Amino acid sequence: MLHRRRAPGWAVNTALLALVIALWFIGKAFDKNLDPYYLDLLLHIGIAIILAVSLNLINGITGQFSLGHAGFMAVGAYVGGVVLKHADPHGAAVPLVFLGLMVLGGLAAAAAGVLVGVPTLRLRGDYLAIATLGFGEIITVVLNQIESIGSYEVGGSAGLHNIPIITNFFWTYLGALVCVVVVARLVYSAKGRPFFAVREDEIAAAAMGVDTTFYKVAAFVVGAFFAGVAGVLSATLSGNLDPGAFGFFRSIEIVMMVVLGGSGSITGSILAAAVLTLLPEWLRALESWRLVIYALLLIVMMLLRPEGLLGNRELWWTRRRMLAIER
Amino acid sequence: MPLLEISHLGIDFGGLRALSDFNFTLDQGELVGLIGPNGAGKTTVFNIVTGVYQPDVGDVRLAGKSIVGLKPFRINRLGIARTFQNVRLFGGLSVLDNILIGFNQSVAHGFVGTLLRSHAHQVEEHLHEQQAIELLGAFDLLDRLHDPARTLAYGPQRRLEMARALATRPKILLLDEPAAGMNPQEKTDLMNLIAMIREKFSVGLWLIEHDMKLVMSICQRITVLDHGETIAIGSPAEIQENPKVIEAYLGSPEPA
Amino acid sequence: MHIFLQQLINGLSIGAVYALIALGYTMVYGVLKLINFAHGDVYMVGAVIGYELGRWMFGLAVPLYISLPVIFLGAMAGCAVLGFFIELCCYRPLRHRPRLVALITAIGVSLLLENLFQNPAVFGATPKNMPRLFDIKPILSFRTGDSPVPVTINNLDVISLCLCILIMIALSWFVLRTKMGLALRAVSFRVDIAALMGININWVISVTFMLGSALAAVAGVIDAMRYHVEPLMGLVQGIKAFVAAVLGGIGSIPGAVLGGLLMGLVETLLKGYLPGGYSGYSDAAAFFVLILVLLVRPTGLLGKPVAEKV
Repeated sequence: MLHRRRAPGWAVNTALLALVIALWFIGKAFDKNLDPYYLDLLLHIGIAIILAVSLNLINGITGQFSLGHAGFMAVGAYVGGVVLKHADPHGAAVPLVFLGLMVLGGLAAAAAGVLVGVPTLRLRGDYLAIATLGFGEIITVVLNQIESIGSYEVGGSAGLHNIPIITNFFWTYLGALVCVVVVARLVYSAKGRPFFAVREDEIAAAAMGVDTTFYKVAAFVVGAFFAGVAGVLSATLSGNLDPGAFGFFRSIEIVMMVVLGGSGSITGSILAAAVLTLLPEWLRALESWRLVIYALLLIVMMLLRPEGLLGNRELWWTRRRMLAIER
Repeated sequence: MPLLEISHLGIDFGGLRALSDFNFTLDQGELVGLIGPNGAGKTTVFNIVTGVYQPDVGDVRLAGKSIVGLKPFRINRLGIARTFQNVRLFGGLSVLDNILIGFNQSVAHGFVGTLLRSHAHQVEEHLHEQQAIELLGAFDLLDRLHDPARTLAYGPQRRLEMARALATRPKILLLDEPAAGMNPQEKTDLMNLIAMIREKFSVGLWLIEHDMKLVMSICQRITVLDHGETIAIGSPAEIQENPKVIEAYLGSPEPA
Repeated sequence: MHIFLQQLINGLSIGAVYALIALGYTMVYGVLKLINFAHGDVYMVGAVIGYELGRWMFGLAVPLYISLPVIFLGAMAGCAVLGFFIELCCYRPLRHRPRLVALITAIGVSLLLENLFQNPAVFGATPKNMPRLFDIKPILSFRTGDSPVPVTINNLDVISLCLCILIMIALSWFVLRTKMGLALRAVSFRVDIAALMGININWVISVTFMLGSALAAVAGVIDAMRYHVEPLMGLVQGIKAFVAAVLGGIGSIPGAVLGGLLMGLVETLLKGYLPGGYSGYSDAAAFFVLILVLLVRPTGLLGKPVAEKV
């Protein structure tokens, strides 16, 4: 009757592993042969995907409207950038250090996620949005003030420069793949369904045995972790870090991706991340009016199709399910 | 020892004494009613029992252990489930998902298994789906499996809420005005549904209702509240004769 | 003592401006339950209008008692119209949608205004100064024993405080004694029931927006005279004023005033007393206050808690 054939886990996992290996080869090819401009664009899209999907977990899926996601990114970026600049690895050590940094940056950001998620448990809607906005801005202000920690240079308002540029296609898209697979597998499962329940009705969720505190904090922690990973990737892409670049506007850019793609839709976030990274490039011709158009697009999108491209559906859902939702 | 035991429960909201000296017992398999005029404090009792409010005085014991001060989700895990006066479904989620969330506490595998899609995970997902379908079948909700819960008509929504509560495998089920807004046919169906629940799931049922015919015909025992105070406890026949109950609902006769 | 008194005066003067902006936030939140992110940018537009009118007046060389009212009233009128159209085009169509959609739209409007005015064709990104219609001079100064430098109250302080008090009185009269004010309070309380009582909701909301925007314009003109004019000035001031509104209790008009004055005082006292290297952190003061309020008492000092019915 309902039978949805599930592919055995080990089969999908093997396929994913094969995909990772494929990414490595593709990465090598791109690094050598692809026009640097396009490669750079692809890397930015990859980072955007991680940011959008991780924010979607918090905002769209768990319904905790967070306006400070760039703050988590900043934590990861700075932890990664500062340590990397200090360590300055070479040769064979580079991949190991890079992997370690991504994890480290992610964990640091996840800690920040706890710091934001726990105190804000009681807040809803607008109030939560503003509190997360405040946290994001505090992180920016603090980063502006810190010149150095011990022998580690941080940079303060002048920013951190000359970070080794060690990221590439493989690392970026590995990060994106891990992020998407983790979030998707997490929420579309028995253990993850409560995330949606928290969004729909917290009181009912609690009455059905869901530990809403755990799930709200977990959303922040996982979301922040990947934002931190994205931060490390970003720092090692541009080689520079400026505290001002991680403020409210950056957070809004990420929110726009989630909203455009459809709050609650992981595939929507991926699509929107790509579109909204490419859009400023396409609009480059309009120069000084670019951001005005950007803002107008946001307003028009909210007026005409606030549910975004995919609403809260995923591209991979069966036709029958999609039809049901249309009704 | 009764399954649910409430003693001297009381709560104030600001200056209003919403509930005072409320006592109650419920055993497995019983079907008991809680009635009273609007604002008498009935839903307040349910809210205290399920941990939404903390009482100012008194105790609530489930299988002998006090559950006062526990968070709502803990109380549900210990065995008390409820429906709400204003239906609180997970509107944007499908009918199936609403039930599946009810199973959230009986998941054996962990997060690692979830992320790796281990065999244990796949097996349990399948099992839950089967169990959910079985449950939905008992409640006649199989034709709208993937539809968002909010697109259901009112009657099916109420049934879904009951099914979802039962998915949490409770020992006690609290139903808050399950017949509200129903026509006579639907109420008859509801009575049959409650009879089915009693037969299939061994739960203690506690019912808040305004429809007297329904309450009198299915409840074994009835507690009557008025302005937070218990004014009568007894069998349907006793309650119907009780002058205080009559006065609470209809008022006392005017002096001639 | 000297520092304290001077900071007190400065703080109240700045706080009065925050209060004016905060009133707009709080009134709009009261009727629409929407945080109007674009409000800070309306304040900026008020400053810009004031700047343009100021240049015009300066060129005409008219006396102060003509130029000042023209500047203030002109900015107020301009912003009222702007506020009216923002509500009409961007918020009204979304009134039945989830609130977060309107919130995001408000952010869009804010970004639109900021980027529009940054464009050289409109205003340009570089800050510009108001023409010197009058010199900022001390009106009152007195010595305290502990310092050779006197504590001063200058004419801009007086203007800002007086305007704030006047507007407060006028607004109180409006809200408490007029029919429209009553309608406003009714809509803030329960929109659906107010509609059933025959109140024209659209008109009440429009009036609220126009009022709030006009007040923001006054704040904008004062700050244009005090500092300078630039397209992003609404960002920082807007956030601080919003915190003030939340601090005082969002939705409460006296709360907005109280919150505004308190924010002004907290900020100036912090700037005055924090040791040199740390004064940069006073920028974060607003956010600290905000989070503190949200965690400890989200409904603010004068607000009323609203419980959810289970």
